Amino acid sequence: MTYIRPAFRHPQLPLNKLGLPVSYYEGALSTLCAGCGHDSISAGIIQACWELNIQPHQVAKLSGIGCSSKTPTYFLSNSHGFNSVHGRMPSVATGAYLANRDLLYIGVSGDGDSASIGMGQFAHVIRRNVNMVYIVMNNGCYGLTKGQDSATADIGSISKAGSINQFQGIDLAGLAIELGATFVAQSFSGDKEQLIPLIKAAIKHPGFALINVVSPCVTFNNNPGSTKSYQFVREHHAMTSKMDYVPEMETISASYHEGNNQEIELHDGSTIQLHKLSQEWNPEDRLSAILALKQAAAKQEVLTGLLFIEPETKALHQILGTIESPLNTLSESSLCPGNKKLMELNKSWR
Amino acid sequence: MKPTNINNPEYFHQVVDCQYACPSHTPVPEYIRLIAAGKFTEAYMVNWDSNVFPGVLGRTCDRPCEPACRRGRVEEEPVAICRLKRVAADNKAEVQQYMPQGPFSPNGKKIALVGGGPASLTVARDLAPLGYEIHLYDEQRAGGGFMRSQIPSFRLPETVLNEEVGYILNMGIHTHFNHYVRSLKELLQSDYDAVFIGSGAPRGRDLPELPGRNEGDANIHIGINWLASVAFEHTKKIGKRVLVLGGGNTAMDCCRTARRLGGESVKVLVRSPFEEMKASPWEKEDAIHEDIPIIDNHVPKSFVVKDGQLIGMTFEKVKAEYVENKRKLVSTGEPEVFYEADDVLIAIGQENSFPWIERDLGIEFDKWNMPLVDETTYDSTNEKVFFGGDAAFGPKNVITAVAQGHQAAISIHLFCSEMNMKTDRPAPFVNLHNMKMGIHEWSYDNNIVTDQRYVVPQAAKTETLRDRKKEVELGFDVMEGFKEAQRCLNCDVQTVFTESKCIECDACVDICPTSCITFTTNEENETDLRNKLKVPATNLSQPLYISDILPTKRVMIKDENVCLHCSLCAERCPTAAWDMKQFYYNITKAMGMKNEVVG
Repeated sequence: MTYIRPAFRHPQLPLNKLGLPVSYYEGALSTLCAGCGHDSISAGIIQACWELNIQPHQVAKLSGIGCSSKTPTYFLSNSHGFNSVHGRMPSVATGAYLANRDLLYIGVSGDGDSASIGMGQFAHVIRRNVNMVYIVMNNGCYGLTKGQDSATADIGSISKAGSINQFQGIDLAGLAIELGATFVAQSFSGDKEQLIPLIKAAIKHPGFALINVVSPCVTFNNNPGSTKSYQFVREHHAMTSKMDYVPEMETISASYHEGNNQEIELHDGSTIQLHKLSQEWNPEDRLSAILALKQAAAKQEVLTGLLFIEPETKALHQILGTIESPLNTLSESSLCPGNKKLMELNKSWR
Repeated sequence: MKPTNINNPEYFHQVVDCQYACPSHTPVPEYIRLIAAGKFTEAYMVNWDSNVFPGVLGRTCDRPCEPACRRGRVEEEPVAICRLKRVAADNKAEVQQYMPQGPFSPNGKKIALVGGGPASLTVARDLAPLGYEIHLYDEQRAGGGFMRSQIPSFRLPETVLNEEVGYILNMGIHTHFNHYVRSLKELLQSDYDAVFIGSGAPRGRDLPELPGRNEGDANIHIGINWLASVAFEHTKKIGKRVLVLGGGNTAMDCCRTARRLGGESVKVLVRSPFEEMKASPWEKEDAIHEDIPIIDNHVPKSFVVKDGQLIGMTFEKVKAEYVENKRKLVSTGEPEVFYEADDVLIAIGQENSFPWIERDLGIEFDKWNMPLVDETTYDSTNEKVFFGGDAAFGPKNVITAVAQGHQAAISIHLFCSEMNMKTDRPAPFVNLHNMKMGIHEWSYDNNIVTDQRYVVPQAAKTETLRDRKKEVELGFDVMEGFKEAQRCLNCDVQTVFTESKCIECDACVDICPTSCITFTTNEENETDLRNKLKVPATNLSQPLYISDILPTKRVMIKDENVCLHCSLCAERCPTAAWDMKQFYYNITKAMGMKNEVVG
């Protein structure tokens, strides 16, 4: 019986620049259904963090409630974690980020957690531009309660029981662009080649970064007629671009036809290499991104890849003008500088 | 690259490393599971069918299976396969009832076996149930060949050997012990339908050119002859200071036997560096444990005799130099060294010797005076005469002799049935069956333990050195045997992939603890494909399992190298595209073939 993963790993597992094998970034053995898309996304996060040489103790994993929100247990077991109340992950993330701006925040949420109970929180965390990666594991149904249609289920999508969804689905990516997010991407759990560079770029983005990942629920929403099944997404997959995340100082390996290429430099000197598949689309233009999404929706296509990016962005701490060092490291003497400082301050306002 | 053809049983056979490496392809994981389940008799019979001497081999086998064991690539040490075999032999119940029961109705054919060692005994066992009248000739007073004369009793108790030789001889074999065959011609002129020669490699190498060899002869012995003389109790003691020349297992047996016959200061001197000695590492360890220093890089130069009495030997110190992977022993230039000795045992190898085979019988010999023997059929250029064991291709080991005996028996049976010895050879028996019992349940124990290899307990040195017949190794007890058996990865439980069921969800890729599985685009050549896997597949001796093209135009590639056979891929697969199936592979023996002899 295997609820236990064997302790042995491949003896020739490569090491990253920190000297760590990818196994150091693993979490506990997943208890999700066999073949769940969420597990692939967890594996994508593990791979991305390993490739970026991130110290696991410098990461905080945050989640709400749902199948998706269970996943932080299944990756980065050497990181900090907070499994919060349903739909309230953004508040906890905001608080944590305000207290310690130095950690990397990875928020994981689902379509129920973000598009239903947590819709308001979702909007405000974008508006405040909390520096975090926000991954929605979007399967279009409530898997944990046996597969009822969720708020992101597409109109006309057929459930496993055979009922047709009558309501408009919420487009989280489109909404995020509308709300002013500065990094918005969409992907598919069954395409790690695309997902991993997107996660890496999102981690490096200095503000709020949303990745809405279509992640099929194999148990309740992988049936014919569902628009969030492995088969449907594979057949209706349209990509904005092929992309590579290129760390600073690394030579570019991908070579695409000229004219379609675009290079976006991130604040730390690393770059996103884009090979555009759609000519009209401009990733740095909010309108063009919205247009691309709408056009894809009209064709019943799932548009994936990077949708919109604004590399120079001001995250919450910059907006608030807080000091560089994390607030949780400030000592009592620096927080209460004494009567003399108070007098000076009061004097400045007279 | 082309998809792997799993319908060819040789593919999955290759994945069962231990069984594949075993010359007689014993279904190792199968009997290890039986041992873990406490079914010792069944485990014994699985062995007996394949290797004929489980009790003997469980103590003395050269264990080609263990260096091959997958566990040795995953962690430090392989499963103690050999000593687990002994657990089955030690704890079995009555087994004779499961063996073919005579008397067998005669098929009218008569076979002569020359030599009573493992090869001949295997031929006897395989052919007797088919009704052959079998005559076994040996110069010794009992069967077993070198297993009796060369392997000392402290490694292999006589009772164990007698029992297993007895199982075969009790099948109605006509034995002619104390009978040295002096002429093959005479034998062929008798009414035998075929003759099998399993006479071993009976001549120990000597150092005739060394000064002092003749003068000191009374105290200079050829290792294998001396061991035989000890085994048959003609020799009962040796001098206090003994030098053993040679670095093979015979040298180890010589020095350890000398320690028990009165040798107080016993030394092994070997030409090659310690690491390159032919002896198995564990045999070297056992010798060192018995206070026998192994002095390497010493080439014997002369026997020193004073007043007609051997007093020692001189040696030249050398060092190994390597030119294009060829070793050369070069003198260090230091003066020769002298070692005192009352007796010297020469164990520097052994060779074949066929003075009793006339050269006009149609049996061709090569320039080294070895008979030309077919590597598949073990037939010589005289169709009626077959060779096997050390007699066929020079000195190897017991398990190789058994494997060759099986093949020779098949050839003899085909020959006597007037069938083609090459094209009519029987296919192996294979089976592939499902191991699934429930969502998280398999009909094998797939929880991979992290236990390190258990050490076989030994009797106290003070006791074993006093009594030549006292067995040194005590063997695992049942509980230790169970724990060691649990280290087996069950490599015969195969991961079987069905392309048409795969939805490419990546669940297997993500869960595989040893990163064996990759979905990627195919490549023309194997090196490119091996390099682009999740962890590059650098162990070229291990195959890649390649699927057909999947809907996303990729293929599934599994590197078999360090697969733990833990079943997680199959448990995580939502569509049962992965399944765990037990692969059973057993080479067909003559006794399992149809009896089609034209009488």
